[in-house]
Amino acid sequence: MNSAETAIKIRTRDLDFYYGAARALKKVSVDCHDRKVTAIIGPSGCGKSTFIRTLNRMNDVIAGTRVDGEILIDGQNINAPEVDVVELRRRVGMVFQKPNPFPKSIYDNIAYGLRINGMRDRRKLEETVEKSLRGAALWDEVKDRLDENAFALSGGQQQRLCIARSLAVEPEVILFDEPCSAIDPIATAKVEDLIERLKSTYTVVIVTHNMQQAARVSDYTAFMMLGELVEFDQTEKIFTNPANKLTEDYITGRFG
Amino acid sequence: MRKKRRSGLKESAIKAFFFTSGILAVLVLLGIFLTLVATSFPAFREIKLGEFFLNTRWDPTSPEKAEYGLLSMIMSTLMVTAGALVLAVPIGIGVAAYLSDVAHWRVREILKPVVEILAGIPSVVVGFIGIVLFGPAIAKVFHIGNGLNALNGSILLAIMALPTIISISEDSLNAVPRAYSEASLALGASRWQTLVRVKLPAGLSGIIAAVMLGMGRAIGETMTVLMATGNARSFPHGFLEAVRTMTANIAIELGEVPYYTTHYYALFAIGLVLFVMTFAVNLIADVVLNKYQEREQ
Repeated sequence: MNSAETAIKIRTRDLDFYYGAARALKKVSVDCHDRKVTAIIGPSGCGKSTFIRTLNRMNDVIAGTRVDGEILIDGQNINAPEVDVVELRRRVGMVFQKPNPFPKSIYDNIAYGLRINGMRDRRKLEETVEKSLRGAALWDEVKDRLDENAFALSGGQQQRLCIARSLAVEPEVILFDEPCSAIDPIATAKVEDLIERLKSTYTVVIVTHNMQQAARVSDYTAFMMLGELVEFDQTEKIFTNPANKLTEDYITGRFG
Repeated sequence: MRKKRRSGLKESAIKAFFFTSGILAVLVLLGIFLTLVATSFPAFREIKLGEFFLNTRWDPTSPEKAEYGLLSMIMSTLMVTAGALVLAVPIGIGVAAYLSDVAHWRVREILKPVVEILAGIPSVVVGFIGIVLFGPAIAKVFHIGNGLNALNGSILLAIMALPTIISISEDSLNAVPRAYSEASLALGASRWQTLVRVKLPAGLSGIIAAVMLGMGRAIGETMTVLMATGNARSFPHGFLEAVRTMTANIAIELGEVPYYTTHYYALFAIGLVLFVMTFAVNLIADVVLNKYQEREQ
């Protein structure tokens, strides 16, 4: 596979990020290809979560943060003043580390994103809820109890519900921030299968501290350390023939 | 061995201490309740229960026929309280939402202590403001002779209930997990939508508790309403009429009533009714709180 074959969906150039005076990202430049899975790996505190949260400007909600450099999605700088952050987040969905369904019914969790965008038609809502739950491979497990509170689901089911919830608003990109760190191995396998299927429709960026997971699900891998991008390449290359000594040490488990 | 026994002794002493402090609150409550019941009871040797609750005329010192009808005062208390809540709940929740979600942290650092200081203003001062400021203003706006009426009381009680409502609602909004609002924002919801559709519902139990506590304060407040509502004993037909609440009536009459008369006992009976009302409000708040918490878990 040649990287020139697919279009680039997200491109960051010399991305710096500051929490107050602390610099969490240093000149990070990564290209995320359209309808491919890009994994971000690295030891704890390397800035991988910070990085993924800059892509939908989720860090905006934290006071005293600052971004330098460029993040282009479809060529558009998402930090430009004319960009509507609400619209951006609708296009760039996010699944968080800990499953975070709303304290509402399963149905209402999915319908939430549709309702805030003004969808009122009951039939259409029902259709989209079903489609989204099918898309997240959860429909068969919950179709008879859509009115139940989402907290009644298991952790893995809750995480797939959160994925379904982001699918409902039909984003172009889905960001996964360590989506499997709080769920068991069987549930993890299900989420990984799901990511594999999602990439036919969506551009996926996934942060993970689990290298096997990155190797299994991703097409491209970025290895970060101390806020810097150490190496970025096709996943196969990173895991079989890394160019950088640090990368090799990390993926062979010599540190981290 | 000996050391072990000693630490065991210490352990049980600590246990006993905390048990005693816990039980003390219950005993005090029970004591107040029993005193009220015991002192109210003799009143009903002369007053019929039906008359007490359904008669609108309260005239215990009438030379012809003493009347002990509480209905006007119950109505006055409910009116003033309801009016206070109508004013204080939307403003209180609005300020709480502003503080927790909108305000710059520097504004919040200043505003929050200010709100808490508001809670510390003595009720007699609030009443004074009612007399010299709101009273004349109400008279002017509605073209009436005297502004000491139910509306004035409602405004003042709203001011007094606000700090409670604001600070407890804000705490409960802040206690809503950040994961909820992040999930909402990540779906492309605006901050406003996130506040109204996610944070307020998730913090609802605390907000209800805040409103109930504010209501408890409004029902029980005495000095302010005594000073600012005009104290007419007639049945109120609107917010622009002077009213006398149950609390104000007790405060006005208890100082001059001959001891151990029916009138004296009847004032305690009013106290008992107040006690039952505030108790009911708290109980309802508790039940509602528990119900929501169960549903959230």
